[in-house]
Amino acid sequence: MSTLAHVFEAHGIATVTLGSIRKQIESTAPPRGLWCDFPLGRPLGKPGDPVFQHRVLDHAFRLLQAEGPVLETFEETVTDGAELLACPLPPRSNAELHPAVDEARGLRPAYDRGVQQFGNHAATGRVVGADGVEDALLSLIRVASGTPWKEAGIPGVPARVAQDIRGYYEMAALGLSDHIPTAWSGTRWFFDSTEGGKLLLEARSAMREAGEKQPIWFYMAPGDR
Amino acid sequence: MADRQVKEMAENVEAPVFETAAFTTPPDLSDATVAVVTSASLHHADQDDFAPSDTGFRVLDGKKRDYQTGHWSPNFDSVGFASDINTVIPLDRLDELAAQGTIGKVSDSHLSYAGNQFDLTAIRMDSGPAGATLLKKQGVDVVILTPV
Repeated sequence: MSTLAHVFEAHGIATVTLGSIRKQIESTAPPRGLWCDFPLGRPLGKPGDPVFQHRVLDHAFRLLQAEGPVLETFEETVTDGAELLACPLPPRSNAELHPAVDEARGLRPAYDRGVQQFGNHAATGRVVGADGVEDALLSLIRVASGTPWKEAGIPGVPARVAQDIRGYYEMAALGLSDHIPTAWSGTRWFFDSTEGGKLLLEARSAMREAGEKQPIWFYMAPGDR
Repeated sequence: MADRQVKEMAENVEAPVFETAAFTTPPDLSDATVAVVTSASLHHADQDDFAPSDTGFRVLDGKKRDYQTGHWSPNFDSVGFASDINTVIPLDRLDELAAQGTIGKVSDSHLSYAGNQFDLTAIRMDSGPAGATLLKKQGVDVVILTPV
């Protein structure tokens, strides 16, 4: 972001750069920077909170009055918190299906409800739509069982497929929740509580242990997984 | 996943050093046209998705708010954007500020680049200047840059 700020200023456009990582915004020194200690992915801090978002913008626009380069800190911190989402998972309905496939099928109404309420901005459709999630999970079952990923029928680049599966579940969580979850709690719920998340990590682990190139499997899940 | 851990992984990524910082003085905010530029890899459904290490940008129509994220990194929370696009691209808030007269006008177009880039040469030398030129021609005075 700071690189773009320097370029835009050189073209006669005044900029204010919001930064989520303090060391980065300090070292890249945009002409006007506002460090906001908010979770990554939430540069305005709080979804669904227009008053808070206006406070961030108000501070950002005040920096336009500075007569030279300036870096300030937004007064309020937003953390990812320790919320444990308590989204009810569907009971087993078809014992012949893999638990992850059965689960994903059971979550479909919640997914559809989430999309209806919030739109599909980050859920599915990069390479797999909602209707393709079950097949994508089946391909991961084959990978977890030892099939080389290129022979397992994964419907795209594994990292992209993983994003669609995670997005499907996180949208279902929005459909199930009575509030907007704190940052990362949807992700924690997916990887720690659902069969789909566990399966994705198993497939990723199988690819790593099979000696596949690191970029192929690494980006299927956050870096600490 | 803890947000702090991810930030620690990213905080020492090298970035270009600018020997001199350009500094543009904007018009009064109440007369300024404001755009958002984000690194969230946003695109419209009918635009090309972002490729890995995509150094280009997508022009976002401010009136057509069907933005989807094409970000390749798994290392950020996407539920915030999924539930409220203003968490990343605060166009509803800018519309409100324009209606109040706090800002002059919200730009018709906004830009999205791909974050999580390690080699910024092409963005600095090519797509960055191209995006700036495009917005300048549209009369943009002020840009808010939001990172993802």
